[in-house]
Amino acid sequence: MALRDERVTLAHGGGGKAMRDLIEEVFTSVFAPPGMEDQARLQAEALAEPGARLAFTTDSYVVTPIEFPGGDIGKIAVCGTVNDLAVGGAAPLWLSAAFIIEEGTEIALLRRIVATMAREAEAAGVRIVTGDTKVVGRGACDGVFVTTAGVGVIPPGIEMAAGLVAPGDVAIVNGVLGDHGATILAARGDLALSSAIESDCAALGHLMVDVLVAAPGAKAARDLTRGGLASALNEIAEAAGCGIEIAEDALPLRAEVVGMCEILGLDPLYLANEGRLVVFVPEDQAEAALSAMRARPEGEGAVIVGRAVEGHKQVRMTTAFGGQRIVDMLVGEQLPRIC
Amino acid sequence: MCLGIPGQIVAITDESRQMAMAEVSGVRREVSVACVADEGPLSGLIGQWALIHVGFAMSLIDEDEAAKTLEALHDLGEAQEALEQMAAGDAALAGE
Amino acid sequence: MKFASEFRDPKAAKALLAEIARVADKIGATKEKPIHIMEICGGHTHSIFRYGLDKLIHEGVEFIHGPGCPVCVLPRARVDECIEIAEREGVIFTTFGDAMRVPGSKKSLIQAKAEGADIRMVYSPLDALELARRNPEREVVFFGLGFETTTPSTALAIQQASREGLQNFSVFCNHITVPEPIKALLDDPHMCLDGFIGPGHVSMVIGIHPYDFIAEDYHKPIAVAGFEPLDLLQSVLMVLNQVAEGRAEVENQYARVVPEHGNPVSLAAIADVYERRPSFEWRGLGEIDASGLRIRPAYAAFDAEEKFGVGYAGVRTELKDPEGCACGAVMTGRMKPVDCPQFGRGCTPEMPLGALMVSSEGACAAYWQYGGARAREAAE
Repeated sequence: MALRDERVTLAHGGGGKAMRDLIEEVFTSVFAPPGMEDQARLQAEALAEPGARLAFTTDSYVVTPIEFPGGDIGKIAVCGTVNDLAVGGAAPLWLSAAFIIEEGTEIALLRRIVATMAREAEAAGVRIVTGDTKVVGRGACDGVFVTTAGVGVIPPGIEMAAGLVAPGDVAIVNGVLGDHGATILAARGDLALSSAIESDCAALGHLMVDVLVAAPGAKAARDLTRGGLASALNEIAEAAGCGIEIAEDALPLRAEVVGMCEILGLDPLYLANEGRLVVFVPEDQAEAALSAMRARPEGEGAVIVGRAVEGHKQVRMTTAFGGQRIVDMLVGEQLPRIC
Repeated sequence: MCLGIPGQIVAITDESRQMAMAEVSGVRREVSVACVADEGPLSGLIGQWALIHVGFAMSLIDEDEAAKTLEALHDLGEAQEALEQMAAGDAALAGE
Repeated sequence: MKFASEFRDPKAAKALLAEIARVADKIGATKEKPIHIMEICGGHTHSIFRYGLDKLIHEGVEFIHGPGCPVCVLPRARVDECIEIAEREGVIFTTFGDAMRVPGSKKSLIQAKAEGADIRMVYSPLDALELARRNPEREVVFFGLGFETTTPSTALAIQQASREGLQNFSVFCNHITVPEPIKALLDDPHMCLDGFIGPGHVSMVIGIHPYDFIAEDYHKPIAVAGFEPLDLLQSVLMVLNQVAEGRAEVENQYARVVPEHGNPVSLAAIADVYERRPSFEWRGLGEIDASGLRIRPAYAAFDAEEKFGVGYAGVRTELKDPEGCACGAVMTGRMKPVDCPQFGRGCTPEMPLGALMVSSEGACAAYWQYGGARAREAAE
């Protein structure tokens, strides 16, 4: 154990022995990347198949607090990028992970984040094959920022795109909505709210593979991150050029999430999720897709929430009260309100 | 204006500052009960429902009044149903 | 959720809607010649759109969306003053989330925050008080915004700060009152209202009698209502029944929360801490006599206007509403949001021009959010 420091200092970013010790002890010893060159050199049999395509995505992760009930920034960084691949129909294979670390960050915290990432990657069936660290001065970032890029392979014959959604297709989500958003709101502490809600953060690669086997005609999927279900549906409606109608009654919501939304005047349709997606499938494959989802723990709560329709190009919701309203894109960020 | 929701007082957290824990659907928040405290000890509020607004229990919810309002709505529903049945009966008769 | 879910029952709604239709027909209300009912409170406006009540209800009943949204009626000069205080050295400026996006003449609080001012959203004035306790070297200012519902909370926070002898807590008071603008609306010769839905949460503080003048002096019916959809429908029915029977009374639909005489502790706290300003400016409505509150001299130590020399007591800045903005006409019921020449063109939730597009409770923003695109298409 060459690394004795409790906290990251600028020396750990200086290119010398301190940096090497940090990288080796905290990162590479856990991620165990293949080879120690500056690049990962990889082969995928799946890619050799005629018609197979490479899928490539990247995302940066910032979250306050860094650790929260149900996960931490590392879990989001792995699951988020895996999910970005999965909703496009790709089987996720490899990730890169780059860390921007604020001077003063506890090394124990880094170790916990890295352990989470390794565990989640293994569970999701992906390898973290390359990475980078940078240390910045106090105040130049907020604790730790993580960027992951992901590579996966779309098997031949799979073609998923929002533009393919057509009237009649059924929209399915894989579980209760808004848990992550509500968890983060409570975990920040400045609203002094407490509850037993935990983030829904989960990798959905395996679930999507199962859905595509059960419902090979699936048209499109979206992960329901920032902006929640409402934003994802609006994106799909716009790309597909058709309307989407959902039923308020059908929306899976935990009582605590509803309670928090009532207290703060928020709409759960716009709350972020980190382990939820919506998938559009032809009506005759809906039951098969539902069963496939429900067979997995991350899809236990799967339900049909609505369908694509003709006649208009908006997202509309039939309220539990029997009225109808338009569910629009969000303007900016949802702010708690008193009025 | 004035978002307020019903919450249940579940514990007194600070007697001197008149603070209590309120619960709304499993979400807890410390609120002031200054507006709803009476002469007696604050513990008398535990179990009661109050309208919560910006961290204050503003008004105790009167369960009897709530029941009365619901009853009136229920009666109206029954009357409406009876009317509809009568209308359906009339229509059936007219159709004969 | 107890005391909420029961009042969202669609079965009961069906009966209420049928009864509303029956009475509306009886009094001859039609789409061409509707009964105009103003829901004073923005919270009611929000509920109407959230549950789609405007589309469920008999076509002879038209909701006119009133001025009861504190953010909507906040003049730009007040926002400018908030920013002026927030940008002072050492200040932590705290506010409800609602006010963050309201445009001032140059920028909003959210923009001022991005430029470096320490502006924090809080859920309660008690949270601002706690920030003051924890940051004795900083000056914590709370933006006191809202009607009678919210006024007691800031009054009680000031009383608490006074008891604790806190030196670094103050309130920038912009509290306003409901009855005065309603009187102003009723005095408007263009007024075309047939009845009112009264703001239930204001009444839980002030009781139902401050609205007596509406029935007694102006002979208009009013029902003080709760915020669940059945509450609103029932109160509409109460107003229609009054019209049908030629009555004008103040009725209380929301008796489970609203005591006839309000909340004595709240009223005492308001009376102890605040006094009326001679007049106060409302965005879209102009100056209204005795419609605003300020902190009494006895609590001057907690008055941000006194501490910073900023505010309504200071120099009046004349800031006209933007060209072509018809917020005033919409708020008085003379124009529908979609009939405003700027609606959806120069004025959208992304770039609000007028006050009513600012808050999600504003009539225009609610039109936009919950039926806007359709409403806009119809207008074009």
